[in-house]
This record gives sequence, C-alpha cells and structure tokens, in this order.
Amino acid sequence: MTNFINELGIVLYATLVYTTPLLYAALGSCFSEVSGVVNIGIEGMMTAGAFTGTVIAYFTGNPWIGFLCGGLAGALFGMLHALATVKLGADQTIAGTAINMLGPGIVIMIAKVMFNSTDTVPLTATQKIPKLFTGLFDTSTVFGRFMDNVFATYASTYLVFLAVLVVWFVFYKTRFGLRLRACGEHPQACETLGINVIAMRFGCVCISGFLSGLGGACVTMAISTQFRPISIVGQGFIAIAAVIFGKFRPHGALLGCLLFGFCSGLKVVLGGSSGVNMQLISMIPYVVTVLVLILFVGKSRVPSANGKPYIKSK
Amino acid sequence: MTKKKGLLDFVAETTFIHILFSIILGFAVGAVFLAVMGLSIGEAYGRLVSSVTSLKGFTYVVVYSVPYIVAGLSVAFSFKTGVFNIGAEGQFVMGSIAAACVGILFGNLPKILLIPMCFAAAMAAGALWGIIVAFLKTKWGINEVLSMIMFNWIAFYLSNFIAGIPAIHSDGNAEATKNISSNASMLFSKEFTKSAGLAPTFNWGFIIAIVITILVWLVIEKTTLGYELKAVGANRHAAEYGGINVNRSILTALAISGALAGLAGSLQLMGMGNRISVFSSQEGFGFAGIVVALMGCSNPFGVLIAGVFYGALIYGGSKLNLVGAPTQLINVIVGTVVFFISISVIFRNLKYLKKTKATGTKSGEAAK
Repeated sequence: MTNFINELGIVLYATLVYTTPLLYAALGSCFSEVSGVVNIGIEGMMTAGAFTGTVIAYFTGNPWIGFLCGGLAGALFGMLHALATVKLGADQTIAGTAINMLGPGIVIMIAKVMFNSTDTVPLTATQKIPKLFTGLFDTSTVFGRFMDNVFATYASTYLVFLAVLVVWFVFYKTRFGLRLRACGEHPQACETLGINVIAMRFGCVCISGFLSGLGGACVTMAISTQFRPISIVGQGFIAIAAVIFGKFRPHGALLGCLLFGFCSGLKVVLGGSSGVNMQLISMIPYVVTVLVLILFVGKSRVPSANGKPYIKSK
Repeated sequence: MTKKKGLLDFVAETTFIHILFSIILGFAVGAVFLAVMGLSIGEAYGRLVSSVTSLKGFTYVVVYSVPYIVAGLSVAFSFKTGVFNIGAEGQFVMGSIAAACVGILFGNLPKILLIPMCFAAAMAAGALWGIIVAFLKTKWGINEVLSMIMFNWIAFYLSNFIAGIPAIHSDGNAEATKNISSNASMLFSKEFTKSAGLAPTFNWGFIIAIVITILVWLVIEKTTLGYELKAVGANRHAAEYGGINVNRSILTALAISGALAGLAGSLQLMGMGNRISVFSSQEGFGFAGIVVALMGCSNPFGVLIAGVFYGALIYGGSKLNLVGAPTQLINVIVGTVVFFISISVIFRNLKYLKKTKATGTKSGEAAK
C-alpha cells in the first residue's frame, strides 16, 4: 500500500511535469485558432523558445529572464506567422509548415555556431526553473512522502495553471475576449462594429507564439537541462490535438493536456517496473485520445472563420 | 469545408513563377545567414552545386529523391482531392515496416515474387492507415488533422514495437531490424555501379518513381475516379448534389494517398535503408512530402522535379559541413522557400485589389 501511494505520487508528479509545456502551447494555440488563424507552426515556435530560453539562462544565470526570452523568441516567430497569414493573406497551413522548418532550422544552426554542437551546455541547478515546495513536507510519513513527490514539480507548472484561469477569464469574461471570439466566427460583422480584425488577429497570433515559446522553454529548462534537436519532438502537434480535443476552449484544452500528461506519467512509472513493452505503453496516449473522441467527444466545432484569410473590405 | 477549398484553390493557382521566385528568395535568405555567420557564400553554395553535379553526386541525388517524390505524390494527390494529408508520415512508416517484415520473413522467395510482395504489403499498410482516418472522419466526424497526428505517432511506436520482435529484430546489438533479404533489395549490382562510377546505393527506385508519377497523373486527369475526387475537393456540396458519394470519395482518396506514402516507405527501405532503425524521433519523410507537393504545385510532374530538387538540397546539404557551414542551413532555405510560397498569394490579391479599385466593386468576396 505504501508503495502504491508512493508510486501514485510519482505518477501525479510526472503528469504535472509533462502537462506543463503542452498546456502553455495549447493555450497559445487557443488564442490563434479562436481568433481565426490556423497555427500549425506551434512546434517551430516551441523549438525557438526552448533554445532561446536555455541559452539566455545559461549566459545570464537567471532562469526567469531565460524563460521570458524563450517566450519572446516564440513571439518573434508568431509575428512572422502573423505577418504572412494576417497581413499578407497567406495560406495558414502552408505558412505554419514553413514556421515548423524555419524555427528548428535557425536555432539549431545558431547552436552549431555558438557551441560548435547542436546541443547547448547543460544548465546548472540555479539556472533551471526552480522548484517551489521542496522540503516543505515531512518525508518520514507516508502522506508527507506522497505530498513531497507530487509537489516536487517546477514553478512553471503552477504558473501555467494560473495562466489557464487567466485565459479562461479573458476569453469569456472580458470585452477583449468577446471580440477575439467574434473575430474567429464572423470577421466581417466585427469590422462593421468597428473592431480592427487585422490587429486583433495579429496580436493573438503573437500571443500564441509567446505562450508556445514559454512551453518550449519549460521542456529544456525544467524537464531537461539542455537544448537538443530532439527536445521538441511532436509536443507542438500534441498541443494542437489537445485544443481540437477540447473544442477550442482553454478549459477543454486543459483536460486534453492532462490526458496526455497523465499517459506520459504512467509511462515513466510503468516503464521502469512492469514487464509491459515500452513501445506499446508509449502508444497509449494516442490510442486513448482517438477512443475518447469516438466515445465521448465526437465532432469538434471549429470556429467558423478559422483558416480563412481576412481581407479588409474597401 | 471552405478551409480546404481555400487550400485547394491556393495550390491550383500557385504557378511556376511563384515557386521559382520563392526558391531564389530562399537562397538569398540562406546567403544572409551565411554572411552573418562569417562564412563564404560562394564557397558554401559552390560546394552545394559541385556535390550534386558530378555523376556520382547526381546518382546519389536520384537515390535520395525517390522517397521524397513518391511521398510528395501522396500529399499532392490528397491536395487535389481536398484533404490535407498530414498523416503521410505515419503511412510512410507503416509502409516501410510492413515491407521490412515481408522482406525479412519471406527472404527465401525469388526476387521476382518478393519485391512485388513487399510493395503490396507496404501499400496495403499505408492505405490502411489512410482508411482508418477517413473512416473516423466519415463515421464519427472526427477532425482528420487531429487523428492523422495521432496515427503518425501510433505508427511510430508500432514500428518500434515490431522492430523489437525477436523474429524481426537484428541478431547483433543494433537497435534495428534485421537486414532485408538481398532478394528484396532493388540495388544495381555492385560491379556495375562501381565500374560506371555511380553511387553504390543506386537502384531501380527512380524508374518506379517515374512510372508512379505517370500513373498518378493518369488517374487524376484521365479517369472518372479522378474527376469525382477532384469534384469533391472543389466543392463537396456540389459534388454531392451531382450524385457523387462524398464519404466514399474521401475514403478512396485517403486510401490511395496512404498507399502512395506506404510505397514511398518501401522504396526508401529497399533502395537505401536496407533495414529499419528503432526511431528516436520522427524521420520526416511524410512532412518532406508536404513540402515537395507544395513546390511541385501539386502537379505530378511538378512533384517529380521538386522531389529531385529537394533530394539535391538534402544530399548537397549533407556536404556543407565540409566547408564549415552547418547542414541545418538547408532547413532554413527550404523553410524560407515554403514561407514565400505561402505568401505568394499576395501577388494575386494585389492584382485583385487593383482590379476592384478600378471598377469600384466591393471586394468583400475576396475574404471567402
């Protein structure tokens, strides 16, 4: 029993750790998609954030400056995507594909020039995003051990859950949120009411890049200690999947990300102890997603103007 | 629906000039990066050109380009029929592992039997992966982009799982499958490639790629099936009204697209790879297929040329480190090319706006 509680604690901890980067990126994806811009470039923006965050933290020694710069690097690529899709009316899927090539291409090239390797130098403990509640619980009791395990997670995790609340509030309780959602549903109607659709969408895609960049930085600055070309492998796409899964709502995306995070957490624990094949365990999150969609969620309603370039009427 | 129509229109209207312009800009941006890094532009691009223009280099390029061409055809086919096959990656993986299984387990069969069997297995596996996604979409309305991303990863881990089965797994320490039987290999004889000065991996794949290109063109342009699929891609509702079974068309389109991606996987295996490694990250042939399809304007013959161009970039790029330039430069160039292809729409919009300004009509329709 003690053992079980112990392992449960570790699973919950791993769930929180793996959910975090996905959730940042998923919130970013929500901003972009809900405002009416398809952003499959999340993956590239995450990679940019992951690299920039680590490098800045390495040189400044301050993880929070690094974390913020990771977000800004993501925002820079977000701006590029916005420039193409919102200002210039580019096809959003193709522009996103380009971002996914440019992001990793540019940062790995810079890594090669700066470090003469595609990997960055590992961060020291003080350069990483700190853990907030270590040593708070008495680990001699079963419950204390459990709590210690669960709350061994990084500060970025608590921050992202706060961010979900904020994004939810912004989306559904503020005027800005109402306008944002309207831009994704009927941009022409918005324009007639005096809302600057172009500016709204441009801003939202930049925010989406910023959040994705933060998500990428979490991977290299919390889960791992260095940037490598395989740091971001598919998390961006999983985040998009979580958003579609959550029907383009921040709280829905939270559920989707937790599902993936939990399955990843399960993988960490089961992989070590049981005789079940690792590859089959790794498959669980994807199979479960498809099954959940078939059984419970069904059709996802896409914002009706999503993916359509908006060209201002003269 | 309109989203897909937009993509389709987009692909249909992108012309050779846009692509050429984008490629030039891609190299220009690459040059800027080289200059910023303090490297010689002439030396790097010179190396890129010289490494692909020698006879040996060019045959390497041809070998490299075969899977890109066929994967590109897979994506181009899906574009024509109004579906964005981001799942080509998974279909490619399924095709290659299926071909590997057949090539290993039935290694004693003669070449003439074994090679077609490998192709058949690969196409069936790829098609299955496409059909599942189409089925989820038509039966339960599940977003195909989402399920394709899921099935890319399921294929990834399934391939790794199969590679670990004792009957398939390498006898040595390698984290890979056994080598496929020499009867399943499409390589030209060693003596021939050596005496002719060709790449040692030169193989029959390029002939198959050319044949497939022509076949895909025939199916799209000259058959009722192709007509129906294009009609569904252009306007689903009109097609339905015209008596075309839309659900069946989506199923057929993804099955064919999947089969092509699967075939690409087997060509890569039987021409070059010889075995499947246990992956640590997605290899990206399917994603490259998207790029190739875009650069080829989704025209089968365009894809053929774009595939060779892409193969040349990848092979030439791998030689860049010889002059001290990072190979990742290629990704930056290709990414820039795709970026400019995506915004080439601006030229059409400019033309459109000019026209509407002149006539004074409302341009609200442009947003549709």
